[in-house]
Amino acid sequence: MHILCVCGVGQGSSLILKMNVETVLKELGIEAKVEHSDVTSATGANADYIITSNELAETLKNRATSEIIIVNNFFDTNEIKHALQEHIK
Amino acid sequence: MKFLEKKLVALDVTVKDPEEAIKKAGELLVQANLVENTYVEAMLRSYRENGPYFVIAPHIAIPHARPEDGVFEACVSLIQLKHGIHFGHQANDPVKLVFGLGASSSEEHLTLLKKLMNLLNKQENIKKLFHAKSYEDINQLIKEV
Repeated sequence: MHILCVCGVGQGSSLILKMNVETVLKELGIEAKVEHSDVTSATGANADYIITSNELAETLKNRATSEIIIVNNFFDTNEIKHALQEHIK
Repeated sequence: MKFLEKKLVALDVTVKDPEEAIKKAGELLVQANLVENTYVEAMLRSYRENGPYFVIAPHIAIPHARPEDGVFEACVSLIQLKHGIHFGHQANDPVKLVFGLGASSSEEHLTLLKKLMNLLNKQENIKKLFHAKSYEDINQLIKEV
């Protein structure tokens, strides 16, 4: 499984999200390759899932082929866990 | 690497809009010679182009740009706002804390982000940051991360 965490410039928020997503995936026992990128590169990426904020999801929805998972609080591992469980089955 | 040192923190700051908040967080980094003016401009540009996605938790904004926009050293500043400001984020407005992140391409960038995560992964720390009255209050918190 390939997961891409996306933010506007791909340097800050997406990295924070990536680290927290990795923690949660480990807890859930899910094996995945997690990467981070900016919103422009994400549109052409070949990921199974894109995790991002609601704001950028709007932009990505029409351009990316990956399933999009929205997270509002990048620091809340419970929210991330619920969002992942809902989409990844 | 400079993480929330005294000169990088301003408390009880009044701003009129998101752009002024981003600018002030960026200016603390410029004054400390950690980033160039161009970096602050890039932070503002990113907000205009990509919207308020960097409001990544309730009441917390982390404006940033790319290392090549003019970062000398990995760094984080903090502006604690007197009044919450609406950035236009659906879930996390109003913003009360603005962390200006100077993103570098070095290993230090990761270390810095981990420090920030350790600080902000705990709800009680966030509450303390909202109510901090002096730099000493902040210093107590960052000592633990």
